[in-house]
Amino acid sequence: MLDYLLDPLQYAFMQRSLIVAILVGIICSVVGSYLMVQRLALLGDAIGHSLLPGLAIAFALGLNIFVGAFIAGVISTVIIAIIHTRSPIKEDAAMGIVFSAFFALGITLITTIQKDNKIDLNHFLFGNILGVTSGEVRDTAIITALVLFSVFMLYKELLFYSFDPIGAQASGLPIGLLNSSLMILIALTVVASMKVVGVILVLSLLITPGATAYLLVPRLHQVMLLGGAIGVFSSVSGMYLSYYFNLPSGPAIVLVVSGLFTLAFLFSPTYGMLTHPQASPGDSRIWQDLKRLLRF
Amino acid sequence: MDQTLTVDHLSVNYRTMQALRNINLTVQPGQVVGIFGPNGAGKSTLIKAMLGLIPSVTGQVLWGDRPLPSQLDRIAYVPQRSHIDWTFPATVWDVVMMGRVRSTGWFNRFSVSSRQLAAEALERVGMSEFRDRRIGDLSGGQQQRVFLARALAQQADLFCFDEPFVGVDQKTEDILFRIFSELAATGKIVFVVNHDLGESITHFDYLVLLNRELIAAGTRDRVLTPENMTRAYSGHVQYFSSAA
Repeated sequence: MLDYLLDPLQYAFMQRSLIVAILVGIICSVVGSYLMVQRLALLGDAIGHSLLPGLAIAFALGLNIFVGAFIAGVISTVIIAIIHTRSPIKEDAAMGIVFSAFFALGITLITTIQKDNKIDLNHFLFGNILGVTSGEVRDTAIITALVLFSVFMLYKELLFYSFDPIGAQASGLPIGLLNSSLMILIALTVVASMKVVGVILVLSLLITPGATAYLLVPRLHQVMLLGGAIGVFSSVSGMYLSYYFNLPSGPAIVLVVSGLFTLAFLFSPTYGMLTHPQASPGDSRIWQDLKRLLRF
Repeated sequence: MDQTLTVDHLSVNYRTMQALRNINLTVQPGQVVGIFGPNGAGKSTLIKAMLGLIPSVTGQVLWGDRPLPSQLDRIAYVPQRSHIDWTFPATVWDVVMMGRVRSTGWFNRFSVSSRQLAAEALERVGMSEFRDRRIGDLSGGQQQRVFLARALAQQADLFCFDEPFVGVDQKTEDILFRIFSELAATGKIVFVVNHDLGESITHFDYLVLLNRELIAAGTRDRVLTPENMTRAYSGHVQYFSSAA
């Protein structure tokens, strides 16, 4: 058994990818918890897709692609906010408009650059964790430290703001600043995750661990801690599955975390569909019948 | 120091529509102020504009000798229950402690005295035994009392409650009115947005009757005249019937 766990670690590339997978598993769950409670899941997706042009431009200019991607992510959230506040267009529509435009621009740029460089569009779309360099491990570690430190220091303000924005504003908290910090944390997190699962599947790592934990524990910091543990477990076991069964790493991680969510959804002591039938009174006849059968 | 609150020529627009026109008010400390009016009269808007949470086109609000929006650290605001996501992962205790966030300051942890204030506030509204419950598991009245406790823990000098009696039980209503008058007795100002002109109206020291503009303000006898009620409520009925 232990051999199975230790065997992949003899390869330096596996060591690097596991470190990155663990770090990303933690920060995605922590930051994603805010996205979930603020009903901003789509924003995580939007930022993910919006990174591509920044990434492509940074690559073409020989700059750090993390920096390029981060700038593109921030620009896209600013444009979404401008469209949302300066026109009657709703926020979700603004996100849809901006992220698809950025995504299209990114794909166009990458396809153009691809001709003279060895750069693979698929690596950005679906991640390329096995190709993580030691420089990227360092950058991910820095982002992780920065994100966790910020969440720790701003925890009580961000909790107040995300629960009751008007109440927080009325008590004198600078909610514009808090919201911007949150957007920056989300952008940093998505940037750090793109090597692991790619920009398309990053939403899963952001939302699913927190949502799973939310079904099991009652307080936001507990959701973050348990979510972090779920994120790390999923990342690591996804990597091992990918190693032994020759599966693509990003999708393997996403499938593990989705499986854990399914378990919590069915069996959570407080909200489980099967374990706590009265938690969902409005469900259909067929489910009531099924639950009665399963409880025997 | 003089703690009179003066609303001076306050007007608010929502996009192209005028939501509030030229409101003038003077409120002395130590009063429970009821803001009444039909739906869409701008009651909540008045509170938010006074606090500077939404921009106003003209006017200013002074509290003592300084603008009210620059003294938000002395204000507790309780939003309408419908504006809160009650499935949020927070316990009763978490919500009450939010009342201590501003005074605790950035990067600091809650002090022992903050915890004590929160515990006392919960005791005062009769919710101590629920402190570790998820807020979503409470009844409407209990949720409202938790928010009242949060406001009390804030140790504010001015309290604003937006529709606090919607969907609450009699016990909660009694507790709310009892605490409102206790606060007024210690010199605080309590603003309560309400649409119910029923018997509970006797609990207010000062009434503000509103329908996009100020219809009347003052004691019950001065405000609740037939002419004022007609101006406040029938204008609105006409508005709807002409639209239909």
